[in-house]
Amino acid sequence: MRRRHHAVAGRLTVLIYDALIAPFTEFEFMRRALAAVIALALGGAPIGVFLMLRRMSLVGDAMAHAILPGAAIGFLLSGLNLFAMTMGGLIAGFTVAILAGVIARTTELKEDASLATFYLVSLALGVSIIDLLHVLFGNILAMDDQTLLVIAFNTTITLLMLAVIYRPLVVECVDPVFLRTVSRAGAPAHLAFLALVVVNLVNGFHALGTLLAVGLMILPAGIARFWSRDITGMICIAVASAMVSGYLGLVLSFQTRVPSGPAIILVAAALYVASVLFGSVSGLVRQMFPAPHLEA
Amino acid sequence: MSRLQFWFVCLLLAASPSLAHAQDRLNVVASFSILGDFAKNVGGDRIEVSTLVGANGDVHVYTPAPADAKKIADAKLVIINGFGLEGWLPRLVQSSGSKAKIVTATDGITPRIAGAAPDPHAWQSVANAKIYVANIRDALVAADPADSAAFCANADGYLAKLDGLDREVKAAMASIPPDHRKVISTHGAFGYFAAAYNVEFIAPLGVSTDSEASARDIAGIITQIRTAKIPAVFIENISDPRLIQRISAETGARIGGTLYSDSLTGEKGEAPTYIDMVRHNIKALTDALVH
Repeated sequence: MRRRHHAVAGRLTVLIYDALIAPFTEFEFMRRALAAVIALALGGAPIGVFLMLRRMSLVGDAMAHAILPGAAIGFLLSGLNLFAMTMGGLIAGFTVAILAGVIARTTELKEDASLATFYLVSLALGVSIIDLLHVLFGNILAMDDQTLLVIAFNTTITLLMLAVIYRPLVVECVDPVFLRTVSRAGAPAHLAFLALVVVNLVNGFHALGTLLAVGLMILPAGIARFWSRDITGMICIAVASAMVSGYLGLVLSFQTRVPSGPAIILVAAALYVASVLFGSVSGLVRQMFPAPHLEA
Repeated sequence: MSRLQFWFVCLLLAASPSLAHAQDRLNVVASFSILGDFAKNVGGDRIEVSTLVGANGDVHVYTPAPADAKKIADAKLVIINGFGLEGWLPRLVQSSGSKAKIVTATDGITPRIAGAAPDPHAWQSVANAKIYVANIRDALVAADPADSAAFCANADGYLAKLDGLDREVKAAMASIPPDHRKVISTHGAFGYFAAAYNVEFIAPLGVSTDSEASARDIAGIITQIRTAKIPAVFIENISDPRLIQRISAETGARIGGTLYSDSLTGEKGEAPTYIDMVRHNIKALTDALVH
């Protein structure tokens, strides 16, 4: 009896190992893809949380399209050259982000409106420059050393910068008027933050393509919102759920033939739905069946 | 004739170029560069050939521009590959209001079935290319019977060249040891070549360029290269090369040169004509596999 228990447990272990771990021990491209999504999660998810708290989630989407013409020009100038496409994307994204930020802070036009304008223009530019099929769908399965290094570098920069601008960023999310009365850090922090959005979009676009780059930033933030009320908690949960989505998405793509980029986003979407239903903070089920109040 | 009448006649002539230049060269539009090359070889200087998807373009995902509609509107003949390759073309012909006759160059070829749809890349077998050329010749003769002698003579000369090319390919492939005749290529365009010349092509992206590979596909290919000891992988001129580089790094398979499949290169490239393209491909294959 005991032995049969052992045999069953052993077979189960093998099954789980084959399903969840073997793909990564057997294939280097899977390990590289995993490293890439972990780096993306570390950098992108905190950015996503701040985007959400600042009600700028759709701004991320707009920015993703804004970096297209830059990447397209880089592609035109030097083919599928990582450095050229990254630089192009960064320059285009920064230009749009900073112009939109400056216009929002100096004129009556709100940031979303000016961003929408810029992003539509740059999307039109990008599409008119080249056939963007490869650019729209990056490929996480084709991570070479160079791409991985660029992603890791961008993530490191993101985390360092976030550490520097964390305080003004948080205060501005909560009470922008107060921040303006006590400090002049608001505007520079905001611009630096927009720059980080661009950096992480460029990151995501190498791995997932422009269409999905935003997904790994926004969805984990949405998930985190249902599980925590404070920013630190949200960031931790967002990073964790982005990593889990990346890992499970790769496994899903390995086991079922779903293309990897969409698979990752679909897993994140499933986590999001589960969070909407069962999340401890304002989840629907929790609202229907509130926990009994403790009575003394 | 009064002066006014003279100018009136001049105006009429200017306004109706077809009247004025009845002896114009036959205006032919080919959907992509390889068909254009065939048409030029058959039509010679009797026809005016323009192609919609030019050198190095990807005919699978092409987005037509207004200039293309204009080309089609002006054409007498539109040569297409068929087998679903030019999915975007029927609407373009309709919207251009063209009266052109549409010639399907693959008429009479039995398609290979890839998945559920026919594999359109039939030109990769030189025997099929001869059928393309015969179809184009017949269409040109029907459209312009006056020049039929020239078309037939040109076609005969070109078909003889293709016969020679077919022998070249067979000889080249025979020089590769049979267990080495297998390669990986980014684009499943070589099904007909593989069948005709007994070389195995394994493609990571399926038959069309518009589907993205899953992790499972890539893992399958890597396993296949490792177990079957496939000696070489090839990067093609239009698909994402990073994927192939990764597969090569992971398996130790050699990265062969470029294989041209769906489009010719420009005048100065490695494959400006169909015959150059096939020669280039067999040289790349033998270079990578004869060891």
